[in-house]
Amino acid sequence: MIRIEHLSKIYQTKTQVDALKDISLHVQPGDIYGIIGMSGAGKSTLLRCISFLEQPTSGSIFLDGTDMSSVSPRQLQEIRKEMGVIFQGYNLLMQKTIRKNIAFPLELNKTPKADIDKRVDELLRIVGLSDKADFYPAQLSGGQRQRVAIARALATNPKVLLCDEPTSALDPLTTRSILELLRDINRNLGVTIIVITHELGVVRSLCQKVAVIDQGSIVEQGLTAQVMDAPQNDITKLLISTAGGR
Amino acid sequence: MGVLQENLSMFLEGTVETLYMTGMSTILAYVFGLPLGILVIITRQDGLSPHPKLNAVLDWIVNIGRSIPFLILMVALMPFTRLVAGKAIGPNAAIVSLVIGAIPFVARMVEGSLEEIDHGVIEAAQTMGASNREIITKVYLPESLPSLVRGLSITTITLIGYSAMGGAVGAGGLGDIAIRYGYHRYEYDVMIVTIILLILIVQIIQNIFNTLAKKIDKRIINQ
Repeated sequence: MIRIEHLSKIYQTKTQVDALKDISLHVQPGDIYGIIGMSGAGKSTLLRCISFLEQPTSGSIFLDGTDMSSVSPRQLQEIRKEMGVIFQGYNLLMQKTIRKNIAFPLELNKTPKADIDKRVDELLRIVGLSDKADFYPAQLSGGQRQRVAIARALATNPKVLLCDEPTSALDPLTTRSILELLRDINRNLGVTIIVITHELGVVRSLCQKVAVIDQGSIVEQGLTAQVMDAPQNDITKLLISTAGGR
Repeated sequence: MGVLQENLSMFLEGTVETLYMTGMSTILAYVFGLPLGILVIITRQDGLSPHPKLNAVLDWIVNIGRSIPFLILMVALMPFTRLVAGKAIGPNAAIVSLVIGAIPFVARMVEGSLEEIDHGVIEAAQTMGASNREIITKVYLPESLPSLVRGLSITTITLIGYSAMGGAVGAGGLGDIAIRYGYHRYEYDVMIVTIILLILIVQIIQNIFNTLAKKIDKRIINQ
């Protein structure tokens, strides 16, 4: 599904910052893949590279076998439909209704109006917000806003859903319901999910596979159960011990 | 209030002229100032289309425009005004310098409004495949509309002040009346009436725009 090979990202400011160093990852179709690390480990940079918000300095990202560094900006706009992104801060359009927010990617794709309405109704049902269609984001709670963001990200039927700290601004109960929703989406719609997080609980309860990232490098990766039971790296051990015995 | 009755038609004409000058120059200033403000935002280093050199030039032009006092700008522009409007006095002549004086002002207001938009929302639109043009028309402008309306209110009120200043060089309008009667003829009662009229106009405009801005702003939850 997504294969990352020897990806590096260097920020050239006054000093050279190696944000990502030789990252290689392979996400299979249907995976829920967790990428965990402390603040500043390079998680967000990695997500920004996977979502093409930033160009990697070297290395390649393959989406369904296509090398993303070789596509034209026009093709990129097409490929972006294959990938939905949700963010910690939801990033909804505050002046538009929930319906309009979810319809936004469809409007960008010039989907016919009747099809948009049908698809939005369907998405509102999936995320359980059918009664909120004509509300504005300011009238919703954080958890509900994230549901809207998820519905919007799913609008174009993407194969992959990228989640950047999707629950970091939410309370534990709301976090659980969002994680359940993501799990349902993965199971029922067959969407591959990549979750970037600093919360071990998210990885434990959601992800089958995990990669631990520290100082721009992947220090450990594998099946979540194996990594949790027998952590090899000090950073992994530290993440597990600070997360407590959940 | 005998002064008001005696000079009713003059006050009426002055008010209409002031509103005409302000209205026309506000519209024209936005025709040029809005795209300029958008251009300043998107050419920034972290903008949609980074062009640091162009951005520096635009920023410089806007600053120059903002630093020339309006009265001086008006006098300096007289030859140009004569070229565009055919003469250097009267409401139409004043509009030329009002527009030129207001374009940099509008650009800064627009820049400030667009700056308020969370960068995350722009990035979200990019991940959905939105082009730069779509981000401007479907994200930047609609999302900052309430703020743009508040800016419009400030611009209009500033232009009322400028247009009154224009009275000093024969622009017509209420400012012209205040200077001719109040300053040259010591008819203070006429001047006081013009001041009251200007205050009323400003209050009404401010109320209309602020109510409108509040009404369209969906970040404010109206119960």
